Parts: sequence; structure tokens; C-alpha cells
Amino acid sequence: MSGRPKLDRRGFLTRGLAVASAALLGGCDSELSYQPWLRHILDSAEALTRVAQRTLLSPTALAREYSEADISKDFKANGSTDVDDDDYRSLAANGFADWKLKVDGLVAQPLELSLAELRAVPSRTQITRHDCVEGWSCIGKWTGVPLKALLDKAELKPSARYLVFYCADDLGETGNDDGKYYESIGLIDAFHPQTILAYEMNGAPLSIPHGAPLRLRVERQLGYKMAKYVMRIEAVDEIAGIRGGRGGFWEDRGYEWYAGI
Amino acid sequence: MSRQEVIYRHSSTVRVTHWVNVVALLVLLMSGLQIFNAHPALYFGSKSNFDDPVMAMRPMKHGEEIVGVTTIAGWNIDTTNLFGLAYSPDGDYEVRGFPWSVTLPGHRDLSTGRRWHFFFAWLFVINGLAYLIYGFASGHLSKDLAPSGSELKHIGGSIWEHLRLRFPQGEDAKRYNVLQKLAYLIVALVLLPLMLATGLAMSPGMDAGYPFLLEIFGGRQSARTIHFIAASGIVLFVVVHLALVLISGVWNNLRSMITGRYVIKLPGGQP
Repeated sequence: MSGRPKLDRRGFLTRGLAVASAALLGGCDSELSYQPWLRHILDSAEALTRVAQRTLLSPTALAREYSEADISKDFKANGSTDVDDDDYRSLAANGFADWKLKVDGLVAQPLELSLAELRAVPSRTQITRHDCVEGWSCIGKWTGVPLKALLDKAELKPSARYLVFYCADDLGETGNDDGKYYESIGLIDAFHPQTILAYEMNGAPLSIPHGAPLRLRVERQLGYKMAKYVMRIEAVDEIAGIRGGRGGFWEDRGYEWYAGI
Repeated sequence: MSRQEVIYRHSSTVRVTHWVNVVALLVLLMSGLQIFNAHPALYFGSKSNFDDPVMAMRPMKHGEEIVGVTTIAGWNIDTTNLFGLAYSPDGDYEVRGFPWSVTLPGHRDLSTGRRWHFFFAWLFVINGLAYLIYGFASGHLSKDLAPSGSELKHIGGSIWEHLRLRFPQGEDAKRYNVLQKLAYLIVALVLLPLMLATGLAMSPGMDAGYPFLLEIFGGRQSARTIHFIAASGIVLFVVVHLALVLISGVWNNLRSMITGRYVIKLPGGQP
């Protein structure tokens, strides 16, 4: 997320008017939205939003936590709701007893942890609101390992700036890694107290539609950041070289990497 | 022949911020409908009770037929081909909220709709701040827009005059009338700031830092519903505003918002 031109207020207003007149001249033609120069200008608002929210929000400000009574009876499972993959199916058939989470990349101590080992780490339980980019919200209770605990155990190197989460589901249905779900977050969110790897939802082991055996929770961002079916976490210094280069499955398909709004 | 007087009606700040706002609000409305179409249903409270939306546009079975239905507060209205579901000429149908002719982009593309929306939201905020700072500092808001006690007392007469499509002439035309003042004040100080506040209340980031955003609107889904209602209020204002601009002297009105100059016909000099 570096290398973008810096925005000053006047530049923003001038560009805004340029975009606006183009929109009017083009009659808001659908094709206009896909002109690379225009897309570049529109996308600049993401940096402004990220910087503004990082400035206005304390790194430790907590997302609101709700009561048991607020929990949604019908928590919508969106995106992938199953993994059509032989390896995953055999893991699931055995209650994920043979599954292991890999933590590698820019860490001094790469880890391979079983579900039992994750459960042995002091856990955090939180009842939070899940906001989908589509507009709906559901409330659920999540129990899991604080990501910070794993990063401390793995001894994150100072050069690490992002955590990348590789998932089992092939949401893009390409049959190779290009279509597999993945996500990434920065260190502020990685070390946030509510950022957990959840293995329980509403007091029961995480179900397959909701991402069994492990799902990321990043409570101050939208639902698509909260990767399901997490298999591996890699600490990296840059996300540009990974798959589509924008830091996530949906990011590679046009959505914002910073999903705080 | 009647006498004429040319007055300088709108300052350059008002003119520039007005037209920037026109463009920003048009893009925000159309991209907002694109975003709405990703989940064309509204709820009250913190979460979405999918079985009990306060408003929804969706397909339903009506006998053998599939129809588009708009539900508002428990009432189901058949809105096939308008809201909820549309048939193409070959008999295929598509499930969607608002027609793609009023969204930006003009087909389903949530991520691009969001890009348009948030870029122009920033433009709207910067432009609105410029207007408000100018409005308070220059006295524009207090001198030109705040109605006096006596104006408020005679509001009934002004409503009656508007209903008969009679507009102030001569000296009275140099100022906004009481209905204009109230309408502009409500839009500038209530509806537009409400759009921003409810928009921010939908942000999971802002909600973490500023939980009062959730408290004042009664939860994120309530904020989303209020965002939609306030947007509808602005659309209603624009419809009435445009109609009155058209019938109260369209060229004079447009010129005054472009060059600032407004022509007033003074009584006297008539045969």
C-alpha cells in the first residue's frame, strides 16, 4: 500500500472536479468506471480513508461487544460455505484432528500447531457484530487464540509488515491457487486485542459453513477480511508479489484492502 | 415596461459549493443505489433480522409466477420490473433492487460502486465543510438563511402563496422567503450532515473509535435505514427545488447560481 501519490486537499478537489466533469460528459457510461486513469483517481480515496481512520482511531480502540441476547439466530454464511477438496474433506471427516496451522515467513520460530495445541493457548471470547460489505450485519460469539499470542510465540521479525492468511477454499473456482481465498492485514490489526483465530462460534466448534477449523476475526473491518478455512499464516514485508498483488481475494477483484468502512 | 434591477445574489463560494454538491450528490445517490442493491433490504437495530426487514425488494412466488415485491413495514406491493425483480423481453428474469439504469455503474458491480461512493463522499465532506465554514464566518447562514420571528409567524401566508405558485416580487425577491430559508437550512444543517453521520455509523472502524455513532442512531442497521430515508428526503427536496427553479424563472435562477447576478422586476413604470 505504498508508492501511491500523496494527496493534498487542493489536489483532491481538482481531481474531483475532473472526475465529475468526465462523469457528466460520459453520461455516467458504465465503461467510464473501468478507465484505468479514472479508477486510479477513484481508488485514491481508499488511502485517504485509511489514513483518516488510522488517525482518528486509537490502535487499541475496541469494537463494540454485545450481550448473549443480541446473538443472531440466523448468522448468514457468505462466500464459500464448504471446501470442495479431497485433502480438506479427509481432515473434516476426522474432526480436523490431523489438521495443523502453519505459521511461517518472516518469523524466527516457524510453527505448526494442531487444533488441540491452539486450544491450549489462553483464549479470548467476544460477542461482536459482523458487517458484510453487502450491507447486512449479524452478531455472533467467537472464541479463539489471540493472533498476538501466536506471533509472540513465533517471534515475528522486525521486517515483517503484513500477515497473510492462506485458506483452503477455492472461491474463484479456478482449480489452482489463483482462485483460492486469501487475506492480509497489517501489524496494527494483527496485534489488536480482538484479532483472534476463532475455533468456536456461539459456544460450539466452528461449523464448516462458517470456516472450520479456523477463522480470522478482525472486528474493526468488514466481513471479507475475516478469512475462513485458514491453513497457513505467512509474515511478509510486502504483499505486492502475492497472487493478484492487492492483498486478498476480494482486493484482487476490486475491493479495498483497508475495509474499515 | 417594468423597471429592472440587477442584484448580486449568490457569492462565489455559494455558487462553487452548490455545483460541486450537485455533482457529488448525484454520484453518491447513484453509487449508493448500487451499494443498496447488494442487499436490497433495510432493518432496525444492530443486526439484520432477515425474516423481518422494515423494507425489502425481493422476488416472491405468486401462484405460478415469480414477481418482484417491495415490502414496506409489513405491506407487500407488487413492483415487478421496477423493484425486486425484472423480466427481460426473452422471459428471463433478474433479481435486483433498483433498476440498473439509476445505479453507478449501470450493472451489478459493488466494488466499483463503493469506489465511486467513497471518493465522492470525501469530495462532499470537503465541499460541505468549506460551505459551512464560509456560511458561519461570513454570516451567510445567519443573515440570508435564518428566518426571523415575524417570518415564522407568517409562514401560513407564504405556504398559501407557494401553493398558488405566486412568488415574491420586487423588494421581497431580494431575500429568500421563509419556506426557502427553512428548506435550505434543513438540507444544509440537518439532512446532509445526517447523511455523513449515518454513513460513518456504518463503518466498523469508526464504530470502534466512536461508539456514540451507534448509540445515537440505535445500531448499525438503523443507521443504514436512516441513511436511506435521509437520502430519500434529499431526493424529494431536489425534485421540489428543481420544479420551483423551473416555474419561478428558470434562466434568471440559473444565471444567479452561475454568475451571481439576479434580475428583479420592480413595480412602477407600468402603463
